[in-house]
Amino acid sequence: MSANPPVLETREVTIRFGGLTAVSNFNISVPKGSIVGLIGPNGAGKTTCFNIITGFYKPTQGDVFLEGKRITGLPPHKVCEEGIARTFQNIRLFYNETVLQNVMIGGFVRQKSHWWMPPLLIPSCTREERELRDRAMALLDSVGLGKLAGEISSSLPYGAQRRLEIARALATKPKFLLLDEPAAGMNPQESQELMDFIKRIRTDFDLTILLIEHDMKVVMGVCEHIWVLDYGILIAEGNPEQIRTNPKVIEAYLGEEATQNA
Amino acid sequence: MKTPNKSRDLTLTTAAVGLLLVFLWWANGHLDNYKIQVLNLIAINSILALSLNLIYGFTGMFSLGHAGFMAIGAYVSSLLILPPVQKEMIYILQPLIWPFSVLQAPFFIAVLAGGFAAALLGLIIAIPVLRLGGDYLGIATLGFAEIIRVVFTNLTPITNGALGLKGIPNYANIWWNYGWCLLTLFFLIRLINSNFGNVLKAIRDDEVAARAMGINTFKYRVVSFSIGAFFAGIGGALMASLITTIDPKMFSFLLTFNVLMIVVAGGLGSLTGSIIGSAVITVLLEWLRFVENPIDIGSFHLDGIPGMRMVIFSLLLILIILFRREGIMGMREFSWDSLINRFSRGGEAR
Ligand SMILES: Nc1ncnc2c1ncn2[C@@H]1O[C@H](COP(=O)(O)OP(=O)(O)OP(=O)(O)O)[C@@H](O)[C@H]1O
Ligand SMILES: [Mg+2]
Repeated sequence: MSANPPVLETREVTIRFGGLTAVSNFNISVPKGSIVGLIGPNGAGKTTCFNIITGFYKPTQGDVFLEGKRITGLPPHKVCEEGIARTFQNIRLFYNETVLQNVMIGGFVRQKSHWWMPPLLIPSCTREERELRDRAMALLDSVGLGKLAGEISSSLPYGAQRRLEIARALATKPKFLLLDEPAAGMNPQESQELMDFIKRIRTDFDLTILLIEHDMKVVMGVCEHIWVLDYGILIAEGNPEQIRTNPKVIEAYLGEEATQNA
Repeated sequence: MKTPNKSRDLTLTTAAVGLLLVFLWWANGHLDNYKIQVLNLIAINSILALSLNLIYGFTGMFSLGHAGFMAIGAYVSSLLILPPVQKEMIYILQPLIWPFSVLQAPFFIAVLAGGFAAALLGLIIAIPVLRLGGDYLGIATLGFAEIIRVVFTNLTPITNGALGLKGIPNYANIWWNYGWCLLTLFFLIRLINSNFGNVLKAIRDDEVAARAMGINTFKYRVVSFSIGAFFAGIGGALMASLITTIDPKMFSFLLTFNVLMIVVAGGLGSLTGSIIGSAVITVLLEWLRFVENPIDIGSFHLDGIPGMRMVIFSLLLILIILFRREGIMGMREFSWDSLINRFSRGGEAR
C-alpha cells in the first residue's frame, strides 16, 4: 500500500484464552512514518493485539516483526528497548510521582549508568542524570506540560494525564508508538487538539503511530490507513473513505448498535 | 517550581551533621550508660528501618525476613571479631570448625562482611520468589527467617547452637553506630533521589506500566531486595557487637515486627520517616518497660505482665493503620526548603 518499508508487521497472529479465540490470523503491515488505526466494536480484540505486539501476551501462533526483526515472545521491557512504546486504555501513570519523574522513568530504558553509581557519586552518572532531566523538561515543554513538571501526576486534569502518558512513552525514544483510545473521555475540542498533537509528534519525533480509537472523527481525521477488527477477525482495511463506505464495517457497527439498543 | 538551592543545602546539611556529632560527643561524656545504649539502639534501628523501607516502602515488596538477614550479619561479623581464644572457650559442645576458628578481621571489615553475606542470601531467596511474581514474598521471607533460626540452632560446629555467642567484643560504640547510620542514610538518599529510585517507585506504583516503559521489574526488585538485605545484615552485625551476646532465639519474628512497626509508623516511602520513627519508637519501647515491672499505686499492687509492651505496640500498629495509614511523614521527605518556608511563614504570621 506504500513504498515505505514496514516498521511493524504481524504474520498470522492468533491468540486463544482457553476456548475463546480472541484474535485470529491478524496480519497487518504498518509503513514507516504513517499514522494508522485499528478500530472495531467493543471486545473485538484490539487491546489484545496491542498486548501481543508489546509482549504482554504471547501469541498462540504467528509472529511479530519490528523493522524485519522477529520480536515475538520478548518480554515487555525488551520490546520497549527494541523501540515500541505504548499507552493504556485506562491511563496508567505513576500516580505518586511528579510529572517530571514520570517522564524521567520513561527515559530510564536509554540510560547507561548503573544503579550503584549514584550513591558512589560517579561523575559520568551525575552528568547523565542531569542530561536526562533536561531532556525530560524539554519534552514536557514541547507537549505543553512544562509548567506542571513539579506537580504530582495524579493531580493533573484528565486531558493532561493523557498527554503526560504519551510524553512518558516518547521518553523511551520509540520508533513505533501504540495509543490505546487516546481520545477516550475527551470533549470535541480536546479531541481536535489531540489530533493536531498526534500529527505533530509524528513529525517531531520521527514516529510511526498505530492507534485504537472509538471516536470516528479522530480516526478519520488522523489515520491514513485503517484496519477493522470484529470478533478477533480482520474484516476490512483501507483508507478512511473506503472504510466509511465498506458495507461489512457498517454492518459490524450497526450490529453493535442494534444489540445495544435492544 | 522553585529551583533548589544546592550550595545552601549542602552547608546546612554539613552543619546539621556537625551538630549531631557534637551532640554525640557531649552525650558520650555526660550521659549514663543506659541513655547511651538507647542512643545506640536508635542508630541501629534507623539502619534496619531504612533498609526495610527500601524493600517495602519504596519498592512495594512486603517482606518479613529482616530478622533472618540480621542473624546472618550478626553471626558472620561476630565470628570475625571474636578472638580465637574466646572462640575456643565458648564452643564447649563442639569445637568451632576451621576456617572460622582462626578467621579474624577488623571491625569495619567484619560488619561489611556481615552485610554482604546477608545480601547474598537475599539474592538467593529473592530470585526464585520474585520470579513467581512476588505475591508470596511475605510468607516466603517469613519462612526463610524461621529456617535461618532453625539452621543456626542446629549448626553447632559453626554457630555454637542454642548457646549462641558470648563475649563478642563491644566495638559498636556510638561512633561506629552513627557512622554506619549516616553512611546508610547517605547511600539510600542518593539511591532514592536518582532516577533508579524513581524506577523503584514506578515498580511499586504500577508494575505493568513500568514494564511497558522498558523496566526489567524483576531485576530491579531483586536488586532492591538485596540492598535492603545488605543493610539489614549491617544492622544485625552492629547489634551483636553492641549487646555482646547473641543466640538464635533473639532473631525471632518479634525483631522483624519491631522494624516493621518503625517503618509503618514513620511512613512507608519516606527515609525521614524511618529516622524519626526509629527515634520515637525506640524511646517509647524503652519507656514502656515500666508496664512490665510491678507497679504500686497507693496500696494497690499490680504485678508486672511480661510481654505487655508488645501488646501495647501491636495495638498502636493497629491504630496507626486505622487512623493514620501514611505514618508520621507519609511519603514526604524532610527538605531545608520546606523547613525554611515553614519558619518564614510562621514569622510572618506573628
Ligand atoms: N487475559 C485474558 N484472558 C481471557 N480473555 C481475555 C484476556 N484478555 C482479553 N480477553 C478477551 O478477549 C476479547 C477481546 O478483548 P479486548 O480487550 O482486546 O477488546 P477491545 O477490542 O480492546 O475492546 P474495547 O473496545 O472494549 O476496549 C474479550 O472478549 C476479552 O474478554
Ligand atoms: Mg480495548
